[in-house]
Amino acid sequence: MTRLKWTVPVLYIAFMMLPIYWLLAMSFKTTNEILGGFTLWPREFTLDNYVKIFTDSTWYLGYVNSLTYVVVNTVLSVAVALPAAYAFSRYRFLGDKHLFFWLLTNRMAPPAVFALPFFQLYSAIGLFDTHIAVALAHCLFNVPLAVWILEGFMSSVPRELDEMAYVDGYPFWRFFLRVFVPAIAAGIGVAAFFCFMFSWVELLLAKTLTSVDAKPIAATMTRTASTSGYELGLLAAAGSLTIIPGAFVIYFVRNYIAKGFALGRV
Amino acid sequence: MSAKPLNQRAWWLVLPVLLLVAFNAVIPLMTVVNYSVQETFGDNKFFFEGVKWYSEVVNSPRFHEALKRQLLFTAIILALEVPLGVAIALAMPRRGAWASVCLVLMSMPLLIPWNVVGAMWNIFALPDIGLLGWTLNKLGFDYNYTRQPLAAWATLIAMDVWHWTSLVALLAYAGLSAIPDAYYQAAKIDGASGWAVFRHVQLPKMKHVLTIAVLLRFMDSFMIYTEPVVLTGGGPGNATTLLSIDLVKIALGQFDLGPAAAMSLIYFLIILLLSWVFYRVMTLDQDPA
Repeated sequence: MTRLKWTVPVLYIAFMMLPIYWLLAMSFKTTNEILGGFTLWPREFTLDNYVKIFTDSTWYLGYVNSLTYVVVNTVLSVAVALPAAYAFSRYRFLGDKHLFFWLLTNRMAPPAVFALPFFQLYSAIGLFDTHIAVALAHCLFNVPLAVWILEGFMSSVPRELDEMAYVDGYPFWRFFLRVFVPAIAAGIGVAAFFCFMFSWVELLLAKTLTSVDAKPIAATMTRTASTSGYELGLLAAAGSLTIIPGAFVIYFVRNYIAKGFALGRV
Repeated sequence: MSAKPLNQRAWWLVLPVLLLVAFNAVIPLMTVVNYSVQETFGDNKFFFEGVKWYSEVVNSPRFHEALKRQLLFTAIILALEVPLGVAIALAMPRRGAWASVCLVLMSMPLLIPWNVVGAMWNIFALPDIGLLGWTLNKLGFDYNYTRQPLAAWATLIAMDVWHWTSLVALLAYAGLSAIPDAYYQAAKIDGASGWAVFRHVQLPKMKHVLTIAVLLRFMDSFMIYTEPVVLTGGGPGNATTLLSIDLVKIALGQFDLGPAAAMSLIYFLIILLLSWVFYRVMTLDQDPA
């Protein structure tokens, strides 16, 4: 029975790795080999696709652009969500429940609905094609998510902690930054992880709000697929490289995921 | 637990979030509302049209078709991913190094940009040179997702299961990790069967995280855009044109801003309504505790 139990995750992980393997294998093939027919692994192993990406600035700047707005968005989202989540978890105030639900509704707004108005809004205030525009736009769904996750984590911290700090004469902000934030470090890790994840993977808004200077790597890939013919190897190499930041981030929060998920509500 | 104290100054803590989200949500939403009641012939001249676009969208067979496809897609996704995710979470090692390995590997698909997911499955499923498509054709199936609507749907669903089942599994796993060992020992002493343990110990503990999982999967599968566009482009024909794809086709492809805006709002309202039902169920659940 216990031995049988292993097969479920193992099979699932195998199923998950297959398309990733195929993408990697294709990134090491030449265009001729790809279009020439089916080969299970690269016959003429080549690094040309990667060399092209690392030497052509339109390619590697795409990664820099994506990482820039993702990091700005993650920091911004968590920073504004922290005090708000504290307010929701510790106090009642006028319209709190309505506000909480309204925040969540923004997580439910399809990006397709907002694409055109966002373009007009950010053009009007002169932020079109800047990293900050994408970082701000992604706050639409990341801030509500961060508030939600952090509120869950904060509610599991006993309120006696706050009361004790007040009795000891801590001013609010010192208590918040010195005592409370360290107490929910795991929650902040999980919230930051989710913000990073959703900002990194989103493309529709990121593509709509940029043209050249802040163009995300994923949009560069779309252009390659459509205009410069069918360069599947290059596309596969660029795709493989987009997996790396994610894998990197998971590695850092792996303990937070394992422990953290259970602490908060998410 | 005592009730939370009433403190109106807590508004100051919420203010930054309120301003940031309002800037992003209210202004674009008003733009959409504006478009949805007006007609334009270019030159930035607009004429008030009232509810014309709304009645046009509500009565259009095209919208009905896209909505039906969307509901079918979401229903299939929920029916497959939720049980599968729970099964995987139940079978995962509860702690130790292998648990970390499982968690890290399973999180991988969640962190790949959505258009890369689409591109990856696009080349994975190509009938002549893709691993999946080539294998299926070698096994004697006539499979070509660019031409057969059924194959396109199957590929789309396989892709989404691949992409998002991990989220359900991770959440279910989090719920399971919160169960103290004493519960299992008690169940063992009582001689409870595996099913009884699942039904009376594990399922109740997972109820809350599963509600969140269902809510998230419902919302995200209802909004799905990038992956199917890259994979099938909504084709063959209109077979996989889900709501978002149709919306972008109308708004940016044909520049019919009025109907697109009206459709946006109807679309958003459907998600809001259904999500509100989930939210109510969730908070009702919380109150007695």
